Amino acid sequence: MNPPILKIDNLESYYGPIMAIRGVSLIVEEGQIVTVLGANGAGKTTLLKTISGIMDPEKGTISFMGEKIQGKEPDKIVQKGITHVPEGREVFPILTVEENLRMGAYSRRDKENIHTDLDLVYDYFPILRKCKSQQAGTLSGGQQQMMAIGRGLMARPKIMLLDEPSLGLSPLLTRDIFLIIKRLNVEQGVTMILVEQNAKVALDVANYGYVMELGRIVMSDHSSKLQSSKDIQEFYLGQSEQASERGQKRWKQRKTWR
Amino acid sequence: MQLVISGLAMGCVYGLIAMGFVLIYKATEAVNFAQGDMMMLGAFITLGLTNDQYMALPFWISVPIAISLMGCLGYLLDSLIIRRMFGQSQLAVVILTIALGFVARFLAGAIWGHDPQSLESPISGQYFRISDIVIGVPEIWIIGITISLTVVLFVFFAKTKLGVAMQAASQNQMAAYYMGIPVRRVNSLIWALSGIVAAIAGILFASKNAIDPGTGLLGIKAFAAAVIGGLGSLPGALLGGLLIGLIEPFAARYLEGDIARIMPYLVLVLILIFRPHGILSQVQKKKV
Ligand SMILES: Nc1ncnc2c1ncn2[C@@H]1O[C@H](COP(=O)(O)OP(=O)(O)O)[C@@H](O)[C@H]1O
Ligand SMILES: [Mg+2]
Repeated sequence: MNPPILKIDNLESYYGPIMAIRGVSLIVEEGQIVTVLGANGAGKTTLLKTISGIMDPEKGTISFMGEKIQGKEPDKIVQKGITHVPEGREVFPILTVEENLRMGAYSRRDKENIHTDLDLVYDYFPILRKCKSQQAGTLSGGQQQMMAIGRGLMARPKIMLLDEPSLGLSPLLTRDIFLIIKRLNVEQGVTMILVEQNAKVALDVANYGYVMELGRIVMSDHSSKLQSSKDIQEFYLGQSEQASERGQKRWKQRKTWR
Repeated sequence: MQLVISGLAMGCVYGLIAMGFVLIYKATEAVNFAQGDMMMLGAFITLGLTNDQYMALPFWISVPIAISLMGCLGYLLDSLIIRRMFGQSQLAVVILTIALGFVARFLAGAIWGHDPQSLESPISGQYFRISDIVIGVPEIWIIGITISLTVVLFVFFAKTKLGVAMQAASQNQMAAYYMGIPVRRVNSLIWALSGIVAAIAGILFASKNAIDPGTGLLGIKAFAAAVIGGLGSLPGALLGGLLIGLIEPFAARYLEGDIARIMPYLVLVLILIFRPHGILSQVQKKKV
């Protein structure tokens, strides 16, 4: 078997004195979708931020294709082929959709291919082609999520870190987006770490899963095993009804904000 | 007519300084109260390079040198000093820039003295007549260069990768980090850009007026112009500058001395009351 594309050992990250991840180790094989599940506050976002260089770890190592990358600047990490699609989408609100997408390609040197990749993104998300000259702040939540994924794709990543792409979306939209995530994984060969609270949809697309609680990995197995594991069913899948209800509530709130 | 043209020319200078305020406000979210003093420094560096009593270089050589020096100064100010204030309150940054303004005035006084001096520029003092209207050549240059610079800046921000990245970083700094945009370098480059704009403003100002180390204090009027324009909008800053530039000479001609002098600020207050976000503000929906 090939060496893993990403290998994390004993990672610890802090917010000031608060230890948010406490010795996390995980392995991602090339071509896989690995999901990290966990309740709110478990440390999932912190883990992704530490991988993408937004935060520096206090301890531990992150090896990407055999090279130690922990503590490097985010722009260096993007250049190596890791992109982070952040929680809450984080669009550039008064740039157009196409300008947003182009910013995803900021670190790339091969200008000539950017145009082809824009087309690729528009083929996966045809709605974005329709509103490419619209300001991103005027898009709906689902469109913004698609744009955020497309923007991540524009960096031509080897591995993509997706932080709660289902957050605040309707179940229907969530399903659509997860279908595209799976297609990107299969058709474009993008390896993914998929962070989710919505365990059901995540385990459906993932090959392997980790469960985080209070900054630690408490369980890990193949998705099918996790799906049938009793604990997961009780704590996550059992709750997933509630979770999606809450998701819907958020989604409704969002609609009233805009 | 003469009043209009000289008002427009002065307004261009205010507008350019105001653009410097806006650039830095968008990048650093703090007001750089040394912006006027950066203009003064740019003017003095050009004067020091050009005038016969100092280095006596040809004007067209000292101009690009002065502009590049001010660009470097802006870059270094940010990367060596302002960036260290990261995490401090914006007030702390503002106070720091006020202090830097004092330093700039002190340095200029120490090097070039405190008496007003004129830049020996090839365009200063010339004028021509159209029927009975006298139009100064410097005024025409000031207006022309300001228009060109505005167009260049517009194209830069709308079309170049770096320009769009500067906008992106000011709209959502966190997202810019996620995209692998080197945000710190981009911010320093914005400071460089505002140093360049300040230098150009200074050179234009000095080809019409005598300068002394206190000249930069007219930055306060330019700040008013930037606020009138919305503090987040480059075209707004230019418009605000033109407005103040036009109000001043007319107020001076038709109103009592003291009232004339406070007119620009009176307009500022009125605009803040009726359009609190400035005349050309983009009311930006911040994400919750
Ligand atoms: N900016 C921050 N400052 C201080 N503590 C934080 C910050 N962000 C997150 N935390 C804390 O770190 C822990 C992990 O948070 P996070 O990684 O966001 O969890 P998750 O993404 O799993 O919901 C939580 O206890 C949270 O309160
Ligand atoms: Mg999170």
